[in-house]
Amino acid sequence: MVDMAVIELSRLQFALTALYHFLFVPLTLGLSFMLVIMESIYVMTDRPIWRVVTRFWAKLFAINFVLGVATGITMEFEFGTNWSYFSHYVGDIFGAPLAIEGLMAFFLEATFVGLMFFGWDKLSKRQHLFTTFMVALGSNLSALWILVANGWMQHPTGSHFNPETMRMEVTDFMAVLFNPVAQAKFVHTVSAGYVCASVFVLGVSSWYILKGKWVAVAKRSFTVAAAFGLASSLSVVVLGDESGYALTDNQKMKLASLEAMWHTEPAPAGIAIFGIPSMEGRETRYEIKIPYVLGLISTRSLTGEVSGINELVVKAETRIESGIKAYDAVEKLKVDRTDLVARAQFEQHKLDLGYAMLLKRFMPDPRSATPADIQKAAWTTVPNVPVMFWLFRVMAGLGFFFIAFFGAAFYIASIRRFGSSDGFFRLFMRTAVWIIPLPWLAIEFGWVLAEIGRQPWAIEGVLPTFLGASSLTVPQIWTTIIGFTLLYGALAVIEVRLMLAAIRHGPIEHHDGPDAPLHHGYAPLPAE
Amino acid sequence: MAPPIDYETLRVIWWALMGVLLIGFALTDGFDLGVASLLPFVAKTDEERRMVINSVGATWEGNQVWFILGGGAIFAAWPFVYAVSFSGFYLAMFLVLAALILRPVGFKYRSKKPDPAWRSRWDWALFVGGFVPALVFGVAVGNVLAGVPFRLDGDLRSFYEGTLLGLFHHFSLLAGLLSVAMLVLHGSAWLAIKIERGAVHDRAKSFGQIAAVLAILLFAAGGVMVATMNMGFRTEGAVDPMGPSNPHLSTLVAARGAWLANYGAHPWMLLAPVLGFLGPVMALIGIRSKREVLAFGGSSFAAIGIISTVGLSMFPFILPSSIDPGSSLTVWNASSSHLTLFIMLLVTLVFLPIVLLYTAWVYKVLFGRVTTQDVRTNPDYY
Repeated sequence: MVDMAVIELSRLQFALTALYHFLFVPLTLGLSFMLVIMESIYVMTDRPIWRVVTRFWAKLFAINFVLGVATGITMEFEFGTNWSYFSHYVGDIFGAPLAIEGLMAFFLEATFVGLMFFGWDKLSKRQHLFTTFMVALGSNLSALWILVANGWMQHPTGSHFNPETMRMEVTDFMAVLFNPVAQAKFVHTVSAGYVCASVFVLGVSSWYILKGKWVAVAKRSFTVAAAFGLASSLSVVVLGDESGYALTDNQKMKLASLEAMWHTEPAPAGIAIFGIPSMEGRETRYEIKIPYVLGLISTRSLTGEVSGINELVVKAETRIESGIKAYDAVEKLKVDRTDLVARAQFEQHKLDLGYAMLLKRFMPDPRSATPADIQKAAWTTVPNVPVMFWLFRVMAGLGFFFIAFFGAAFYIASIRRFGSSDGFFRLFMRTAVWIIPLPWLAIEFGWVLAEIGRQPWAIEGVLPTFLGASSLTVPQIWTTIIGFTLLYGALAVIEVRLMLAAIRHGPIEHHDGPDAPLHHGYAPLPAE
Repeated sequence: MAPPIDYETLRVIWWALMGVLLIGFALTDGFDLGVASLLPFVAKTDEERRMVINSVGATWEGNQVWFILGGGAIFAAWPFVYAVSFSGFYLAMFLVLAALILRPVGFKYRSKKPDPAWRSRWDWALFVGGFVPALVFGVAVGNVLAGVPFRLDGDLRSFYEGTLLGLFHHFSLLAGLLSVAMLVLHGSAWLAIKIERGAVHDRAKSFGQIAAVLAILLFAAGGVMVATMNMGFRTEGAVDPMGPSNPHLSTLVAARGAWLANYGAHPWMLLAPVLGFLGPVMALIGIRSKREVLAFGGSSFAAIGIISTVGLSMFPFILPSSIDPGSSLTVWNASSSHLTLFIMLLVTLVFLPIVLLYTAWVYKVLFGRVTTQDVRTNPDYY
C-alpha cells in the first residue's frame, strides 16, 4: 500500500517548484526572440536608438533570466529526489530528452548568454547579433526537449515494458522524438511565451508613453511588441487547438473532463460555454452549449464521436481486467524468467499493465481485486472535472482576449498615434499596463490543466502517479517544501523590486551614479 | 535494430563518459566554485570583490551546464544511479540546490544596488553557493566509497535507511575537505591567470599554496583510510556484462580492502593516483615560480587524477549498498537499455565537440585579465 500523504506532498512540491520556474521561462522564451528582432533592426539600420532599445530590454531580460536558470536546476534533479521510482521506471526513455536538452540547448543558451551581456565592446555588431540569436535559439530548443519529455508522459509512444528489468524501455527513438503530442505542445508553449513577452514589453512601453518618458524607446518597443504579439497570440490559439486533438484514451478523458461531458453525444458534439459540473452527481448543471463545435475541433469531421466520461470509465474497467493478467504474468516471470506460458500471457496483455497498477492504491496485489474494486479503480481515471472545466475556460478566454488586444495594439502602432490624447488611446495604454499579469495567469493555468488532466497517471496508461514517488518521509518533504517556499519567496520579492527599479530607471546608461562618464562614445538616448 | 556496438562496450563507454562529465564539471565550474569560496577572503574592498566576481561573471553560467548535463546524462544512461542516489541523499541534495540557486542570483543582483550591506549579504551568499556544493559533493563521494545504506525490493523500488547527519562521518568529511581543497586550488589558479597583478592576485596565490598542500595531505590520508578501514566491495561468481539491468540477477558482496584490488590487477590504473599527487605539486611550483598557466594546468591535473582515482578504484561498482550488498549498482546492472546507450552515444559524439568549439570561442573573445579599470568603467560588468 502507498502512503498518500507522501504522494500528495511530493506533488505539491513539484507543482510549486514547476509553477515558480515557469514564471520566468515564458518571458525568457519570448524576450530572447524580441531581442533578436530589435538587434537585427539595429544592425540593419545602424541607428543608435535601436542599440539603446536592445540594451534596455536585455537588462530586464537578465534580471528575469537568472531566476529561470536558478529554479531550473531544481527541476533537473527533482525527478531523482522526489520521483525516484518514476525515474527508474521510465529513465531509459525520459532521461534521454533531458540529457539532450543539456547538451544541445542549455549549453548553447548558457554559454552565449554571458557573452551577450559582456561582449558588447568585444564583438562586432554582427557577431553580437549572432550571440543574441544563439541565446534565443538555445532557450527555445530547451523548451523543445523538455516538451518532448513531457509529451511522452502524455502519450508514451515508441517504448515497451521489459519484465527482465521491471521498467519501460525505448523501442523506437524516432517515435519518441516525433511524438505528435510533443510537437503540438512545443509550438503551443513557446507561442504562449512569445505572447507573454509581448504583453510585458507592450505594457511597460505603454507606461512610458503615458508618463511621457523615454518615448522614443517606448514607441519602437511598442511597435515590435504589437507585431510579434499579434502573430504569437494567433498561433497560441490555433496551435492550442492542435493540442486538443485527441489521440489516446487518456487524452479523450482529458477532453471529456475539460468539457465536463459525462456521456458520449451523437456526432458532432456541442461545446459548453457555461455549466456547473459536479463530481458527486456525475453531471453538469445549467449547461449552455454551442452545437457542433467540439466535434469539429476534436475530430476534424462531422461524423467523429467525442467520447463521454462514463463510456471512457467502462473502457478503463476492461483495460484493468486485462492488465491484471499482465501483472500476473510479470509476477510469474520474476520467479522464472524462462516461463513461456507467462511470457505469452504477458505479450497479449502488456499494453494494459499500467491499468492493473491503479488497483495498488487499494490493495498490495491487484490479482485479489473484486469487480467492485475494479469499478472503483476505473473511476480514479477521471481527473477533477470542475477544476478542468473552469481552468480551460479562463485560459482559452484569455487566449482570445489577447488576439483582440494585439489587434488593437497593431492598429495603434500602424497609424502611429502613440502620443494622442484621444480617450481611446489613453484607455488602451492604461489597459496594457494593467493586464501585464494576465499571460502568466493563462500560462500557469495551462500547465495545471495539462498536468491535472493527466491524472491519475504520471505516464499515461503506464505508471500511476502514486507509484512514482520516492520512499521519503512526510517530515523530509515538509522540510524541503518550507525551504523552497522561503528561498523562492524571498527571491521573488527581490526580483520584482529589481525589475520595477530597472523599469523606473529606464534606458539611461550609467554605472555608479548620474555623474559617471558616458561610455564608448555614444549618447545613451538620442534626441527625438 | 541491434546497435552496432555491443552492450558491454557501451556500458564501459558510458561509465567513462560519466567520468568525463564529472571531470568537465570540476575543470570548468570547479574554478567558479573555488573562486566563490575564496571571494570574501581574497578580496576586501568592493572594487576587489567586483574584480573577482567579474573574473568568472561571463562564463560561470555555461560552466554550470556541465553539472546540469551530468545530472541529465546520469538520468539517461544510469537511471538506477540517478533514482537511488538523489532520493537517498535527499536533504543533502536540497542543501546543494539551495546553495546553487543562490549563485546565479548572487552574481546578477549583487551590484544592482550601491548599498554596502546589500552587497556584503550577496558576497556571503556567493560564498555559500561555492563552498557548500564543493563540500557536499566531496561528502557524497566519500559516502559512495564507504557504501550507501539502501536496499531494493522485488519491484526494484529503492528504500534508503540513513539520515542526513549519518552522511557526515570521518571519511566522508575528509573527502569533503579534499574536494574543497581541490576546487579552491583550482579557483586560486584561475584568479592568478585572470586578475591583474596586485593585492587580490597575491592573496589568491597564498590561498592556492595552502590548498595545494592540503590537497596532497588529504588525498594521502584518504588513501590510507581506504586501505585500512573496512571498505570495498566485489562481485562473486559469474557476472554477465551483457545481461539485463537488474541488480537482483547478480551476486555482490562487501570485501575488506577490495577498492585497492583493481590496482593489483591493472597496474596502469596507478596513473590516476599518481596524477592526483603530481597535479597539486605542479600547481605549487607554478604558483611559486609565477608561471600561472603551469599552476592552472597543475590544478586541472589534480582534479582529473583525484576524480579518476575514485572511479577506477570502484570499477565496476558505481553505488555500493552498505546494508544489502546484493542491491549494489554496478556498470553491469544499472545502465539504460542497449538502444538508449547507443543513441545517447551518437548524440554525445555529435554535440559535445560543438559545445567544446563554441565554448573555446567564447573564452577566446573574453581572454585577458580583469583590471581595476574595467570594473570602474565598463557598464556591462557586474
